[in-house]
Amino acid sequence: MGSNGTLLTAEQLAKTFPLPAGGEQTVLEGVTLHVEPGEIVALLGRSGSGKSTLLRILAGLILPSSGRVLKNGAPFSGPNPDVAMVFQSFALLPWLTVQENAELGLFARGVAKEICEKEAIHALSMVGLEGFEGAYPKELSGGMRQRVGFARAFVMKPDVLMMDEPFSALDVLTAENLRGEISDLWEKGAFPAKSILVVTHNIEEAVLLADRIVVLGANPGCIRGEVKVDIARPRDKKGPRFVALVDYIYTVMTNPQAPVGELPVPKSSADRFPMLPHARAGGISGLLEIVNDRGGREDLPKLAEGLRLEIDDLLPAVDAAVVLGFAVVEQGDVTITDAGREFATTGVHRSHELFKEQLLKNIPFATTVLEAIRHKKDGRIGKEFLVDILDEHFSQSEAERQFATLVDWGRYAQLFEYDADEERLYEVEEEKGEAA
Amino acid sequence: MTLTGWGKISAFSLRSGEERPAISLADVAVGLGVLTLLYGIARVGAQSLVRFSPPDIIPSVSLDPWNLPNYVARSTLRMFAALVCSTLFTFAYGYAAARSRRAERVLVPLLDILQSVPVLGFLSITVTAFIALFHGSLLGLEAASVFAIFTGQAWNMTFSFYQSLRTVPHELEEMAELYRLSKWERFTRLELPASVIGLVWNGMMSFGGGWFFLAASEAISVLNRQYTLPGIGSYVAAATQAQDFRALGWAIVTMILVILLIDQLFWKPMVTVADRYKLELSAGEERRFWLIDLWRASSLPEHFGSVVGPILTWLDRSLSRATRGAGVDSEKKQPSQWGDRIFNIVLAIVTAGLLFAAVRFVLEGAGGREVGHAALLGLLTLSRVIVLLIFSTLVWTPIGVAIGFSPKLARVSQPIVQILASFPANFLFPFATLAFLKLGISLNWGSMLLMALGAQWYLLFNVIGGAQGIPNDLREMAASVGLRRSREWKALIGPGIFGSWVTGAITASGGAWNASIVSELVSWGNTTMKADGLGAYISEATAKGDWPRIVLGVGLMSVFVVGLNRLVWRPLYALAENKYRLG
Repeated sequence: MGSNGTLLTAEQLAKTFPLPAGGEQTVLEGVTLHVEPGEIVALLGRSGSGKSTLLRILAGLILPSSGRVLKNGAPFSGPNPDVAMVFQSFALLPWLTVQENAELGLFARGVAKEICEKEAIHALSMVGLEGFEGAYPKELSGGMRQRVGFARAFVMKPDVLMMDEPFSALDVLTAENLRGEISDLWEKGAFPAKSILVVTHNIEEAVLLADRIVVLGANPGCIRGEVKVDIARPRDKKGPRFVALVDYIYTVMTNPQAPVGELPVPKSSADRFPMLPHARAGGISGLLEIVNDRGGREDLPKLAEGLRLEIDDLLPAVDAAVVLGFAVVEQGDVTITDAGREFATTGVHRSHELFKEQLLKNIPFATTVLEAIRHKKDGRIGKEFLVDILDEHFSQSEAERQFATLVDWGRYAQLFEYDADEERLYEVEEEKGEAA
Repeated sequence: MTLTGWGKISAFSLRSGEERPAISLADVAVGLGVLTLLYGIARVGAQSLVRFSPPDIIPSVSLDPWNLPNYVARSTLRMFAALVCSTLFTFAYGYAAARSRRAERVLVPLLDILQSVPVLGFLSITVTAFIALFHGSLLGLEAASVFAIFTGQAWNMTFSFYQSLRTVPHELEEMAELYRLSKWERFTRLELPASVIGLVWNGMMSFGGGWFFLAASEAISVLNRQYTLPGIGSYVAAATQAQDFRALGWAIVTMILVILLIDQLFWKPMVTVADRYKLELSAGEERRFWLIDLWRASSLPEHFGSVVGPILTWLDRSLSRATRGAGVDSEKKQPSQWGDRIFNIVLAIVTAGLLFAAVRFVLEGAGGREVGHAALLGLLTLSRVIVLLIFSTLVWTPIGVAIGFSPKLARVSQPIVQILASFPANFLFPFATLAFLKLGISLNWGSMLLMALGAQWYLLFNVIGGAQGIPNDLREMAASVGLRRSREWKALIGPGIFGSWVTGAITASGGAWNASIVSELVSWGNTTMKADGLGAYISEATAKGDWPRIVLGVGLMSVFVVGLNRLVWRPLYALAENKYRLG
């Protein structure tokens, strides 16, 4: 019964249900899982993955067809007394008041009425329902009803709080709000349960709440793998790591065959939206000319000294040259590439063309924007739209700067033109460019 | 919050309201009402214990109208005694059927058959049994009468309870299990509240139907002996015998008053309280009723609560502790196929054995030709039931639809229809019989009218309900596309009320079969009229105490009713469910 031991262990669980037409359906197969104190585990799967069945087996509500469940390392029978559950449809008794609903579990344990009342009132205040003790569930909104469901579970002070799609019956805003509050309670460290096991099909919810995400496959339900969420709390849904994880899990969930493991390297999704260094095209060109003049290779600190610049001022241009494939940086030396040399030495017209080639080759976002423009009937795309996309990956001010940089590079490459009054981006037509 | 904890099943936790005068008018009214009720029950109940020696001294019924209040009170007490029995039976039977898979396989079909069997045919068997059981006391006859009413009430309520138990939302059941509610807590917090609305409505309907059985069971001749149990039913029987119109009139007026009184003082409050236990979480208007308001306005409930509350809480806690179970529920164990097979075989053997014994008993006592004769009579009664249904449908469907479509008309007429359905049709039989005698109408035709007197109302208020269920949008659509009346009936109204009509027709047909036992053999004074039919056959056999013929008649009628249910009503019901369901 040590509080440091594994709270719940599932060993090789399988579950089959008899079909009404005869035969059997396998819902779960070979599921092995454990829940440790102090962690939030999410069971993430699409419908048909048996995630709710798995939760109920762990809660002792359903017997597995084979395999076993241990709590604190020991087998048990019947409903698991050390867990409490929050149900998708709240499962409140409409004829009992909020308080009577909340204290139901304690009451059934035979706890004295006064203690039941005290605990229930405390739990209700934790979920922000002070003053609603005497109300009936039908007088409450959906979000408040689920708060009662949480209070009823909190009162039990369970080892593991189980949540079965707890926010999916609520509208988006209410769900977001309640999810945030539960997450806050957990972060504050005063959570009335040692661990949380949450079943969900909502990827963002899983990444927001969980320390570990167990991804389930369907037909029959099985564990495909586990993803650790090592993002510091409170979690910023717009943080690049968060976004990358959501992207990654999304990819995994949409590809039933894909292996599930650690998010490989943060780069993989960063590739789609590499941070553009804030260097003007003219600055890049100037830098490359200097490097070329000095023999095509130069030590970075020396270069900065020679130009009487701080290294931080020089770096964006260097980074931009690297990103565009005009240079490489190795052990503090910057070396010009063939493309870089050509860019530095050729005439104006050819340098624009070269820049365009490198831009489209190395910056996927530029290609994305170009395609978006071409897909639009009027061939124009609003700044707002692009900033919104960038917003998902960068902070608001950074998104603006990224956009500004892209416009600058695009103009230099004679790829697109930007109407600052209308805040619209459109493609430069080829012939026009040729004629100029 | 305007809602208080009234009507909570667990405990009376009434919050004290605002300051009130020490004793209000409401207090006086409620207090007096409660006292009167308690006095009446004590007074009337004591009379059941009067001794009688069946062969020699039999309680007689006086036709003096001043005796009516006493008689009707005794009858009412029987009705409530039966209701209590029905309720207890309902819980036990419904629970067993819903909780055990094997019990379910026997109990549900059995209930279906019990529901279809003509209860009145059993009266002779039960009266004899109960008199033997309580020999020397009027309690035997009382018990037989209560049992007759019980058999008319219990099945509906049991079915409703069983259905409610089966349809408790799954997550609520899981919640109850995970939070380890004891059996008592589960029952009082989850299962009873979830089924109470159905129970109350079915109880109310069955209670109304119960008056018919009460009237039939208070004065009955079994085994060549006339048994009389003082009550309003035997009063009517005596008045018929004495050809006393004045007494009959008084009895009918009393009956209507009592039905109204019980409706106001008992069923309406029950319905109002039950309404609290809706499973949907939607906030709707609270049903209100004057008696409940009066009760809440008085301070009596508070005093009552402060005295009884702690006792109830203690009782609640003790029962919870006593029923706390541990371990896995029986239903979750993997069923063993072998156990099932053995169970099925035993079941089949027992059923076959019982059937064989009954058939042998009948064949030895009455002979094979008698079976054919009775079957022919059964066909005659069947044709009466069919004609009755057709006529009732033709008459009441248009009226029911008209009422259902007009909210104003429905408000006025629904209580009237309910009273009419509750009113025991056998109180009217003497008038009809006299009319048949005077007009020279054969009971072969007249009995159909008698059967219809009780049965038709089910059809009417189901059709009203069906018409009310047709969404207004659809009717507006019909009007806007310019459907003519006949087209509207064919395209909208007919399909719209079909399901309700089937429900009503099933009940009406069951009621008509039952009524045939008292409708095919009637008397006025010393004149007796008889129709050819299975009902009269059973009545005669009962009066003579001819056991093989009683078993044959009742058995055949059960076969007819169950057969009709399986071959006609079930398919129609399925059709209504699958094809003509609105929404």
